[in-house]
Parts: sequence; structure tokens; C-alpha cells
Amino acid sequence: MTAVPAAQAESVTVIEPRRGWARLDLAELWQFRELVYFLTWRDIKVRYKQTVLGATWAIVQPLLTMLVFSLFFGRLAKVPSDGVPYPLFSYTALVPWTLFASGVTHSAVRLVSSSNMLRKIYFPRLSLPLSTVLASFVDFVLAFSVLLVMMPLYGYWPKVDAVWLPLLVALAFVTSLGVGLWLSALNVQFRDVRYAVPFLVQLWLFATPIAYPSSLLDEPWRTLYGLNPMAGVVEGFRWALLGTATRPGPMILVSSLAAVALLVTGAFYFRRVERTFADIV
Amino acid sequence: MTDGAIEIRGLGKRYRLGARAEPVRDLRDRLSRAVRSPVARLKAVFAGHSTIVSDEHIWALRDVSLDVAPGEVVGLVGRNGAGKTTLLKILSRITDPTTGRAVIHGRVASLLEVGTGFHPELTGRENVYLNGAILGMGREEIKRKFDEIVAFAEVERFLDTQVKHYSSGMYLRLAFAVAAHLEPEILLVDEVLAVGDASFQRRCLGKMNDVATSGRTVLFVSHNMEAVQRLCRRTVWLDEGRVERDGPTDEVVSAYLRQWSGQRRSAYVGEAAAEGRRAVLELAELLDASGERSSHLNLGEPFMLRMRWRHRERITGASYFVRVFDGRDRMIFSSNTHATDVVVADAGVHQMECRIEASVLMPGDYTVTFGCFVRPRTEVERVDSAIAFEVLPLAFDETVQLHAGPALVAVPTQWRRTVGELVAPLAK
Repeated sequence: MTAVPAAQAESVTVIEPRRGWARLDLAELWQFRELVYFLTWRDIKVRYKQTVLGATWAIVQPLLTMLVFSLFFGRLAKVPSDGVPYPLFSYTALVPWTLFASGVTHSAVRLVSSSNMLRKIYFPRLSLPLSTVLASFVDFVLAFSVLLVMMPLYGYWPKVDAVWLPLLVALAFVTSLGVGLWLSALNVQFRDVRYAVPFLVQLWLFATPIAYPSSLLDEPWRTLYGLNPMAGVVEGFRWALLGTATRPGPMILVSSLAAVALLVTGAFYFRRVERTFADIV
Repeated sequence: MTDGAIEIRGLGKRYRLGARAEPVRDLRDRLSRAVRSPVARLKAVFAGHSTIVSDEHIWALRDVSLDVAPGEVVGLVGRNGAGKTTLLKILSRITDPTTGRAVIHGRVASLLEVGTGFHPELTGRENVYLNGAILGMGREEIKRKFDEIVAFAEVERFLDTQVKHYSSGMYLRLAFAVAAHLEPEILLVDEVLAVGDASFQRRCLGKMNDVATSGRTVLFVSHNMEAVQRLCRRTVWLDEGRVERDGPTDEVVSAYLRQWSGQRRSAYVGEAAAEGRRAVLELAELLDASGERSSHLNLGEPFMLRMRWRHRERITGASYFVRVFDGRDRMIFSSNTHATDVVVADAGVHQMECRIEASVLMPGDYTVTFGCFVRPRTEVERVDSAIAFEVLPLAFDETVQLHAGPALVAVPTQWRRTVGELVAPLAK
């Protein structure tokens, strides 16, 4: 080790008891961006280790869900699908759903499974759920590539509207991170969360217009439906890729507001309780 | 610079008893408690408590004030639970203090454990990058030091092997090597040298010596008095969360050792854990050759260490260890259940005994540390110096002899007259 350069810019840390709400301190999170990068990369590398199917799981799950939906909702219950072949209709929705569900499921348990890091190292705690949700992009990309194969098979080609996809993906990401922050922080205190998450995700799946179109609802209910941010994302995806008549309007506005609200409240709640993580995790 | 590197004023940390002892850990526990008092639990939840807690508190750290000058290397000594680790955790911002304030001038790195964040499924190379990032190194910095780190760890050939296939020695070397290449202005180190074999410990100490003489400010927690004496000019002795003594190392260490050697105990009874733990050592005792609880053994006397562990949850891959230290806190030997077929993963109570068939301990004071870990070396729980005993200068039987001179060990030996040809002459 070499001697410390004398003229190093001095950093001063003040350590005091903290009470009440804390600042988000995104600047610090930015300083630790390489840690976020490495944690994301670790998550991706490790997620499907020692599984037989490996990353195929990211494709199998939405594909099988689509099959089941197509059979029971599409074929048997004759649920309408906005004029799109039902399998394509439901799978297009399942792609962003994969991002959301995978992000939520993994980030909810992230803090508890990293308890050793929390107890031994200082770093911005936000980087753990953040990197986990980022790692879920792998699942998303895999599921999305299958969609790109499926669309031509049904005679659909991406149109100009597809340029809006990144914004919709960002919305799904914000929603996933918001929910993930809430759940991961709660899970440190209440381990019940671990049991509640699979159930919650399943309920949310059916509360989102994946197996059915939101066009079943009339206004103003459809706009109100946007309070579930994933409703806006899913309908936006169908519009951008399949050209359904769900062009983003008031609903996606409501969805965006709801997603941002989830993220902001989640982040502040997380920051408020994170100071006790090392003591109770 | 007139400022101190670290200024600590009235620092205190209070833990709520039960806050960690009570958390809801597994379903069975949850159900039974839910059945017993769901209303009370829900009330507690809505009142903002994570659990139904008692109002009892414990101060792990109390009104600690310290000034550390830039470039000073300060040892922190004290018994288990004296607050040493808590102090480092507060200074490294892992946990918040309850009272007081600390100001730190300079970039801090803390080393409370080597290998934090190592992932068994990743290769050595990958873990170096990951661990480096976790410890606060940038990617460029790691890249620059990579060869040096690998050379120090002596794992060149296994760089692309998953860490789970490493021996625990290789694992430790690599983990320490990453940490040893941190270049902070202020380094907080906790007991990382208490692991590994003798030659590894020597190398670690050597590296620590480099750090100590490089002008960095170091706070060094250790049970190893030799290391403290070697590295630190000044030492702070913490006892029950307070500064008991602060001064030149030799003075403080000898005062500490004097007080410590007056306390022998043949049994340890675990307290209600202040910080809810996955495994708790409820009881540990030392039995002499006649099966009696004792804090005195004769030279060469076989003895037995008995322990009762309670696991609050299932701990896959759990093993127990015992380590025996001499009066200067040098590890004399250790043993663990890992290599045996003893399985102690389940939640609940496990009782275990470790029989030391032939003791080689010389007369003097010893302590026994008990612990539980998960392969390869994640420590679940450890109780330092749970038992303290003395070996008396009285031979247990005729197989051991007391020497006038200073031998390191007293080995039971047997002599016998033989006849006929001795050993074959040395082959050329």
C-alpha cells in the first residue's frame, strides 16, 4: 500500500442519530454506481445457476401462462382480445409483466438474503433492491425476444409506435422498483412479506388486463383502472406493438402518476427505516 | 492539520432487548404466536413496533469520547460484548448511534469481516471485482491492483474456478487479499486476523504492519494482544460499553490482562440475546477427567467441552467450532464439526460435546471460544472467552512430565525398553 497523498480532497463524515424522514441522497447512490453495476451483474450471473433450464425459465414462465390463458380464457371463456389473436394478445401483456413480477419477487427478499452485507459493510442500502430490479431486465429481454418471433408468425410487424416502448418499459421499471422498495423494507421487519409476495403478485396479475382487455370497462372506470400502473403499461404495449385501440390517454397518465407515487413513497419509506436494518435483519 | 482524524463525543448505542430476539422467523413460530395473540400482534404492528417488545434496553456503548489523530494506530481491546464491534459499526455508518456524535475527516474503509459479499457460485476473478466494489473500490482501481491481489492470495491457477470449490484457506487468502489492497485514509479493522492458519495470520499481520506504518489512521479491534502490542502505540480498553482505560498500549494491555486473568469460569450461560441471533449458545461448560465442572485442569488431563445451542431457524450447513486460546490470546488449537458427520442444521436445540482426549496444554491461563458457522466461513454466532480455565503445574498421570524449561506443549509420551535391531540405517 502506498502512502496517502497529502493533498487529497478532504471528505468529512458526521455521524449522528437520525430521526424522522431522511433525504434520499441520490448523489451518494450515484457515487456508488459501480457497486450497483456489480450487484446487478452478480444477480444476473447467479440467478439461474444450478437450475436445469437456466435462463430458459424467463421464457417458460410467460409462455406457459400464455398457453393456460389462451386455453381457458381465450378458447373456453371466449374472453375478447381487441381483435388480436388471443395468444399474441396475452403474451404481449406478459412481457412487461415479466419485468415487473420478476423485479418485485426478487427484490422483496433481497435485503434479508443480503443480511451479511447489511451487517458488515456500509453502502447505500437502496442499491440492493435497485440492482435486483435492474437484473430483471434480463428476464424481460428474453421474454421480449420470443415476442419478436411470435409477432411475424401471426402476421404482425412492429410499427412506428414501437418507439414509445422504452417509455413504457421505464414505467414498468418504476412500478417494479417502487413496489420492490416497499416490500423489501417491510420484509426486514415483518418476515410475513416473504409469504405474501407470491400471493400478491398473483393477485396483481389478475388485477391487470393481461388475460382480458381493459376495453371491457367503460369510462371513467377505465381511466381509474390506471391506478394500477401495470394496466397502463400493458395496454400501452399492446398499442405500440399490435396497434390495438388503446392509444395512451388519460389512463396512462393516471398510471404514470401512480407509479411515480409508489416509487417516491417507497424510496422515502425505505430511507426512513433503513437505519435499523443492520440491527434487526 | 489541527483536526483529529476521528472525533467522537458522547457516543452511545442502545439496543432494545427483544427487538432482535423476537422477530418472526419461521412459519411455525409465526403460527403459534399468531394463534396465541393475533390481536396483540396486530396492535403492535399498527403502533409501529415490529414485534411485541419489552421495554428493556441494553446499552452496547455508552458515552464514549475519543480523539484519534491523523496517522495514529489505535488498538481497541475488551471482552466479548464490550462494545468494540458496535463502535466500529457506528463509525463505518453501518448502524446509527443512539446518542452522541462522531466526525470523521477522510475517506473511511471498514473491514469487519473478510469476504463479505463473496458468492460461492462466482469464480475467483469475479469475486475479486465484486468484493472490491463492495468494499468501495472503483472498477479501474481493482483492475490496476488485480495482479497484485491475486499474487498475494496465491490463487493464480484457480482464478476461473468457482469459489465454492476453493479450500477454506484459499478462500480466506483471496478475501483478505482484496481487503488488504484498499487504500483509505482511515481504516477500521475488526478481528480479521483471527482466522486462517498460522502462516496466513503472519502474512496478514505483516500486511497490517505495512498499513500501520504507511501514515494511515487505523482503529484495530483484536483479541490478539500480541498483534495489538506489535501494531499499536495507543490502546483503548472498552468494558461494558465504556472506555475503561486509554493510553500507551503496554500499560493498557497489561492492565487488561491482569483483570482478565482473575476471572476463571467453568461454565457459560447465554443471556437473552440483545441482538436477535439465528443461533444462541445457551450453555457451555468444561468438564474435567472425572466429569466434574471445573476451571482447573492438571497437566495432560483430558477434558470435555459441552455446549447447548438453540437455533431460532433452520441453518443449512451449520457447524460448530471450539477454539482454545492462551493467556496472550494466541490460538492454541481449534476443532469443528464440519469434517465430522454431525448434522446440526435444524431449528431447535442441539447439544454437543467435544472431547479432548489428550491435552497438550502447558500450565497457564486459557479461554475457550465457542461458535457456529456455515460453510465455508460465514460466522453465525461466536462467543469469545465463554470459558476461562487454568492448567495447573501438576501432572495428571505419568505420561506427561513437567519440564523446568519453557516448552511450548506438554505431550503425553510413553517410554519402553526395546531389544533387538533398532531402526534400519539411513538409506543412502
